[in-house]
Amino acid sequence: MLAAAKLARPLSAARLAAPARYLSTSSPRRSDALFVHRDKPYNNPGIPFEFTPENLKHANEVISHYPPQYKKAAVIPLLDLGQRQNKGWTSISVMNYVAKLLEMQPMRVYEVATFYTMFNREPIGENFVQVCTTTPCMLRGSTEILDTVCSHLGGLKPGETTKDGKFTVIEVECQGACSNAPMMVINDDFYEDLTATTTKAILDAFSKGTKPKTGPQSGRHTSENSAGLTALTSKPYGPGEHCVPDFQ
Amino acid sequence: MLQATRPARFARPLGRRHLATVQDTPVRRYGGLKDQDRIFTNAYSRHDHGIKGALSRGDWHKTKDILNKGDSWIIQTIKDSGLRGRGGAGFPSGLKWSFMNKPGWEKDPRPRYLVVNADEGEPGTCKDREILRGDPHKLVEGCLVAGRGMNATAAYIYIRGEFVQEAQHLQQAITEAYKAGFLGKNACGSGYAFDVYLHRGAGAYICGEETALIESLEGKQGKPRLKPPFPADVGLFGCPSTVANVETVAVAPTICRRGSSWFAGFGRERNQGTKLFCISGHVNNPCVIEEEMSIPLKDLVEKHAGGIRGGWDNLLGIIPGGCSVPVLPKPKCEEVLMDFDSLKDAQSGLGTGAVIVMDKSTDIVAAIARFSQFYKHESCGQCTPCREGTTWMMNMMNRFVEGRGHLREIDMLLELTKQVEGRTICALGDAAAWPIQGLMRHFRPEVERRITEFRAREGGVLFGGRMARDVDPNLAISDNLGGHLPEVAPPAAQTPT
Repeated sequence: MLAAAKLARPLSAARLAAPARYLSTSSPRRSDALFVHRDKPYNNPGIPFEFTPENLKHANEVISHYPPQYKKAAVIPLLDLGQRQNKGWTSISVMNYVAKLLEMQPMRVYEVATFYTMFNREPIGENFVQVCTTTPCMLRGSTEILDTVCSHLGGLKPGETTKDGKFTVIEVECQGACSNAPMMVINDDFYEDLTATTTKAILDAFSKGTKPKTGPQSGRHTSENSAGLTALTSKPYGPGEHCVPDFQ
Repeated sequence: MLQATRPARFARPLGRRHLATVQDTPVRRYGGLKDQDRIFTNAYSRHDHGIKGALSRGDWHKTKDILNKGDSWIIQTIKDSGLRGRGGAGFPSGLKWSFMNKPGWEKDPRPRYLVVNADEGEPGTCKDREILRGDPHKLVEGCLVAGRGMNATAAYIYIRGEFVQEAQHLQQAITEAYKAGFLGKNACGSGYAFDVYLHRGAGAYICGEETALIESLEGKQGKPRLKPPFPADVGLFGCPSTVANVETVAVAPTICRRGSSWFAGFGRERNQGTKLFCISGHVNNPCVIEEEMSIPLKDLVEKHAGGIRGGWDNLLGIIPGGCSVPVLPKPKCEEVLMDFDSLKDAQSGLGTGAVIVMDKSTDIVAAIARFSQFYKHESCGQCTPCREGTTWMMNMMNRFVEGRGHLREIDMLLELTKQVEGRTICALGDAAAWPIQGLMRHFRPEVERRITEFRAREGGVLFGGRMARDVDPNLAISDNLGGHLPEVAPPAAQTPT
């Protein structure tokens, strides 16, 4: 249990063990990721980044959706596009490039990139495994799914990448597939109605380089009642049926 | 019922009826919606979601005639249908849309926008997803109809970034609609110009709040704005805008075509219509289902979700409207109706219609503590009470899961929730407070039991979770840490028997 792990940290130990006491201390703020950028060999402004011609075309089409004086509204779609081109993560070069393209202050782009959880500011593995652990999934056994994923990939902790760089595992909040809980997202696809066995099968398929069937793994089609339809059993009504006379 | 409460002097011998007789109104049972009255006929994606399938299911049928009826007709129809917003707050939709057409709006040169909130992120909620991937044309057509009603020039659909497949289906629907001439300069041949754009978000629960969504759409951090000015005056790109939920917008064309009285015929007064409910948690067959409003919660779960795991008696509690509303204990679950007013009377809420069922095997404190963790994660950090309060709430709830606390801390936690509630710009602070208040309202003995047992096992606990045994007795420790306070017994034990 994550909660238990957090609790296990003895609250008093740190303070008692500290050799000196300061007048004012505050605990460091823990967050999902560091909010400051520090130059690293693999992530610094010196690394060039540019959209490929197809992506640039797509980007211009996205920009055209917004009023010309509000070009910056395209920052989220463009960062997403850049992240896709940059192997799934948003480096400082991607942010700078998007800022230049949209004529924005780079800081405004950094703000956006740090605010939204789907922008990874550190490199990730080839397959990005996101296990939902919010209450509806937790009730259906997502703790077991997360444990299965972590142990099956060789004893990872959420947030880590496998040594071969094939998988990164993280815990995420609700993904909006609660009637199909427990679920995980790998790259862009939802895998729902998981059990420990199906989870392992999916991970094995990905490590072989194939893509398993997306959606519910239990044989359900989408989110209908698995014991048989309780609604929408008849043929859908057609144009004008049941309408008021004006629209028949 | 009525007769029983009537004073005895009005009682008449049976069999003699007078002209003015008061009779019992027949008891109406809600629920049991027929397929022909379901709006989302492709909710399970069993048919084609493209334009061919949509046309065969009656979408885009005489949309031109709806548009030509004019803005006031559309808004009056929605008002008469009794449709209330399906995103959680339940504001009457017709009224909200009419705010866009203030007297003299024609003189305002600014463009006007309809913004559709498809940032479905409330834990437990998965209804919009079924619309987006199964019936995307209903939403696109809804944008046009609702947009005509509020005289909007364009619609932006803000879809959460995680919904990749759903965004593809919706984009396909928009492209097809443009190709077929349903959208664009001359939408459906009515002479009305209307555009629909899709905008993908990037993972932030707070962007489901209407002003945060507008901020996010403008390319900024999704931090809610102060109101007023309301979006209908100054909204997206500084122009008049209205934010509406996917379901609200997507039902509009069908209401217009089938008549407001048809829609108003479902559900109780002031709670009319049909609604998509998502049932998750400890039921035999979790599902998404479109049902009549005001269906009893028990019927909904038993009929469509195959009942509770282990039978109805194995029920512990149900969260009836997504994670932001308080939990209901079993006795209440048996009597409430799934509508705004009934659930409000039960001190909960309909929210988005996301029913999260918990059976007796559930660790209810851990379940609510997980919600606190969720809110801590999703707080945008703009208002201090929410940013700090959600962290404190999470820390306290996490301690209560194992009982590491002081009994007095339960009231401290409740006071904390009261201090966060209503003191923030948006409703996320309230939403973080309510599940905890609901837990303490109905399951306080369980929390107290854990604390008492933990203290019996491990010894005294100071406020803040520090163990009394870790405190060096030679140090001066202020007495407001609860170390020397008498342990208050649960209220039940205090009452004389």
